[in-house]
Amino acid sequence: MAAGATQLLIGTRKGAWIYRSDAERRSWAVEGPMHLGQIVNHFVIDPRDGQTMLIAAKTGHLGPTILRSTDGGVTWLEAKRPPAFDKAGEGEAARAVDHTFWLEPGHASEPDVWWAGASPPGLFMSEDGGVTWDGVAGFNDHPMYPRWVPAGAGTPDGPLLNQIAIDPRDAAHMYIATSTGGVFESRDRAASWAPLNKNVEANFLPDPYPEFGQDAHFIAVHPADPDRIYQQNHCGIYRLDRPGETWERIGKAMPAEIGDIGFTIVPHHADPDTAWVFPMDGTDVWPRTSPGGKPAVYRTRDAGASWERQDAGFPPEQGWFTVKRQAFCADRATPLGLYLGTTGGEVWMSGDEGGTWRAIGSHLPEIYSVVAAPAP
Amino acid sequence: MIRVFIPTQLQSYCGGASRVEAAGATIDLVLRDLDRRYPGIRFRIVDEQDRIRRHMRIFVGREPASEVAVTLAGDEELLIFGALSGG
Repeated sequence: MAAGATQLLIGTRKGAWIYRSDAERRSWAVEGPMHLGQIVNHFVIDPRDGQTMLIAAKTGHLGPTILRSTDGGVTWLEAKRPPAFDKAGEGEAARAVDHTFWLEPGHASEPDVWWAGASPPGLFMSEDGGVTWDGVAGFNDHPMYPRWVPAGAGTPDGPLLNQIAIDPRDAAHMYIATSTGGVFESRDRAASWAPLNKNVEANFLPDPYPEFGQDAHFIAVHPADPDRIYQQNHCGIYRLDRPGETWERIGKAMPAEIGDIGFTIVPHHADPDTAWVFPMDGTDVWPRTSPGGKPAVYRTRDAGASWERQDAGFPPEQGWFTVKRQAFCADRATPLGLYLGTTGGEVWMSGDEGGTWRAIGSHLPEIYSVVAAPAP
Repeated sequence: MIRVFIPTQLQSYCGGASRVEAAGATIDLVLRDLDRRYPGIRFRIVDEQDRIRRHMRIFVGREPASEVAVTLAGDEELLIFGALSGG
């Protein structure tokens, strides 16, 4: 399809914004702020209707909630029962959701189903479009939960169930990514889970290649070939081709001076061999900024056998970008557009598959998530 | 009835009111009564284990309350504050 008018749903530490483009993706109009002051970890649109939007929100003071719009962001209502763990029984750990981190629209065959991942790691599901949510016992009460989510593990923002992915061919086939146990797979619609981390490094544990314990920053089940999964892990970039179970560290092909540390990986919607990463400095005390202060994305077009640098338009020096795991995405246009948001509140885009970059927004609060979708 | 002070962070639930009234013999019951009239307000003050959230403060008159089981005589004022500094 041609480029087409595009909207970017932007979640920040201080609220949400929507950027909407013209048909050529040249000029962008800004709407917002919405929910100013709310910490917005994820702001997503339902691809099944192109209209329903959900926001995972909390504030410094108030508990977490889900905000819903069914008119493209014009009006909003709060979920009647946001994600929450069950009341603890005698002797059980008393878990409470600190924040919902990830919102995932359900399979195309289940139009009212949504999934949510939370901190501390918890999996939740809604069957009414996000109005009411229930815990998913298959993960939250799994006998291995205390070992998959060990006390003290996690990120500076708390331990995360940071992602949910659904096989587009099978609503019962799901993956989740966690910051404490790595990747897990379910073939029975979240009723049971098993680790899927073979050959993925965890260089912060005594056994550097454990069955679980890895920090899976981001997984991308390829939309055109759902048997291919890309992963940006805390310890490198990986690819897994199912039914295989052993990940290959494709980040080894990255330039040594850049490394393969980052938060996210973005696949090309139509080409299973093409994906982009935004490398960050994982040396020394882990600054997690663009290596050398020179921002760039790296693209593979051969499934990770080689990578090419794409930095035209980015600051050539003194550009200390950090791009968080939900803040780098692509649209489905031809040519494909790429979008990223920085923790410094800048929004950057490429309309030519990474060839050239330009800033389309600045002065926003710290950006947590960017989602691209066709504009209404 | 218990007079309840609503902080700015929660006044959107109450039509902008800073002072409302609610019934209940404990803080928990007052918050549940509030939630019936202002759906969603309780979960933003108290978590799913009935613990007062870390950056929320509740006072019965001038006395700080650390749990929602605190009993009320019926003529007190319940004050809810958001208490968090920093950016």
